[in-house]
Amino acid sequence: MAKVLMKGNEVIAEAAIQSGCKYFFGYPITPQSELVAYMAKRLPEVDGLFLQAESEIAAINMVYGAASAGVRVMTSSSSPGFSLKQEGISFLAGAELPAVLVNIARGGPGLGNIQPAQSDYFQVTKGGGHGDYYTPVLAPSTLQEVVELTQVAFYLADKYRTPVILLGDGMLGQMMEPVEFASIDFTEAFPKKDWATTGTRGDGPPRVISSLELNDVNLENHNKKLQAKYSEIKCQEVRVDSYLADDADYFVVAYGTVSRIAKNAIDAARQKGIKIGMIRPITLWPFPEQAFIERKDKAKGYLVVEMSAGQMVEDVRLAVNGTAPVTFFGRTGGVIPSHLEIYDAIMNVAGGELV
Amino acid sequence: MKLVFQRTVGLQEKETHYCPGCTHGIIHRLVGEALEELDILEDTVGVASVGCSVLSYEYFNCDMTQAAHGRAPAVATGIKRVLPNNRIVFTYQGDGDLASIGMAEIIHAAARGEHITVIFVNNATYGMTGGQMAPTTLIGQKTATTPLGRNEQTQGAPIRVSEMLATLDSVAYIERVSTHNIANILKAKKAIKKAFRYQKEQVGFSFVEVLSTCPTNWGLDPEESLQWVEDNMVPYYPLGVKKDRGVTTNVT
Repeated sequence: MAKVLMKGNEVIAEAAIQSGCKYFFGYPITPQSELVAYMAKRLPEVDGLFLQAESEIAAINMVYGAASAGVRVMTSSSSPGFSLKQEGISFLAGAELPAVLVNIARGGPGLGNIQPAQSDYFQVTKGGGHGDYYTPVLAPSTLQEVVELTQVAFYLADKYRTPVILLGDGMLGQMMEPVEFASIDFTEAFPKKDWATTGTRGDGPPRVISSLELNDVNLENHNKKLQAKYSEIKCQEVRVDSYLADDADYFVVAYGTVSRIAKNAIDAARQKGIKIGMIRPITLWPFPEQAFIERKDKAKGYLVVEMSAGQMVEDVRLAVNGTAPVTFFGRTGGVIPSHLEIYDAIMNVAGGELV
Repeated sequence: MKLVFQRTVGLQEKETHYCPGCTHGIIHRLVGEALEELDILEDTVGVASVGCSVLSYEYFNCDMTQAAHGRAPAVATGIKRVLPNNRIVFTYQGDGDLASIGMAEIIHAAARGEHITVIFVNNATYGMTGGQMAPTTLIGQKTATTPLGRNEQTQGAPIRVSEMLATLDSVAYIERVSTHNIANILKAKKAIKKAFRYQKEQVGFSFVEVLSTCPTNWGLDPEESLQWVEDNMVPYYPLGVKKDRGVTTNVT
């Protein structure tokens, strides 16, 4: 298939449709509105359904309904709107319903602005809503990777009966890049959705989808079941990328679009003779702890770069567990760090190597 | 021997958790009978709300999905829109759920003309939460959060949801009924059946408000509660059809 030049938000939408998603419930919010508009135009062409909800809360609950009926379904939003979806995400997790949720993040807190930011990391990786739950979080850094990870998101959702979050930022949503749509062969068969509430005719006794369990011991057992599922996801589904990492002593840790800027800074530092590479988490949850554990005897230091006041850096510190210094550099409020700023930060961390 | 009455297959053979004198059980049975008589039980997905009727998924004998506070119309929209046209989707919601936290969802589902049926049980209080003020609580009515009685100057006036929704163009059928005596229960049955039939025949959004009792939180015995509905609720919430778009086929 030939490459086409497309905008990030539209790539997510098209990739979702090509992943078998025929149902989308959403609400416009900048900088992800093109995704909503693309779905409105494209879904009727593939005999699917687009519905603009009255709010983000309604949209996520429509997703809950559609997912309970067993279809592949998606919604998308940006930070303030994603906050509103947290109620529904907790319910999706509790009722074990598969759905893909896109957050094209912008600056916060509050209304913030419409510039790209990574300050929703805590919200998407630590549950976000009430109760003990996690959702797999996939963070592409290029639009070509969006094509792949959107398919992975639907795969994980169906395989584990869980909501899955695709996290980008305003830069990823608004940029244009050439992409090639190619389908991944997941080889294993998807579990049959015999739990879906579609009407019982020909399907046996009535089914119930609920996240309610009034008995405390029963609810604890349900939580244990969820936690076992999360443990399996942590074992099976970690994704991480690296750059110039094989011989590196120092590492930049960055995800999403800012990792691309960090690569330029790493290249510049390499030209100065600093043996630095990058670890790029692709799954933010489960966090690729093993990538740090494997380097515990060799790594001399880590520089975490984020477009936030420092959120992922906490997971890095946990994974590094004191075996090497962890330094943070971030810009907030929608400010995109320049590669020169990151270069300077690298020099502050690893510049001693030049002496 | 002639069989004159039997349990509806629309309900599971299970004892409900509702308080003595509460009319949820009657309303459940009316819904179950309507689904059975229209032969749509196996095509139906019900959406349980939050509040006393949250466990209704244990009682209706059809597929059921449980929704978050007030969100049942959105959940029902999601289910209805992705299932084939012959599937029936209904929500069963109380007044706290539907008229307070879920007001946006019910208005917009109605405005979109969603082909769902809403059974709206109005007992003028938050039942399960412990008898606090609802948007439907009457002026002067004492509740846990209006200990001196609801005061219009500070708490506003009760919302007549049926009349409000009836102003929306896309609504097919709205009727308010009551369960405080046999004659009204029979009318309620007719309305509920009609609402489901409208959905079956794809007429549009149908909505039945059912005036109900809450002896426990009202502090009245079951018989007094029925009288309280007649004396206090019916005058403020007049019974009858609020909107009926009608159909070409014979709907009874």
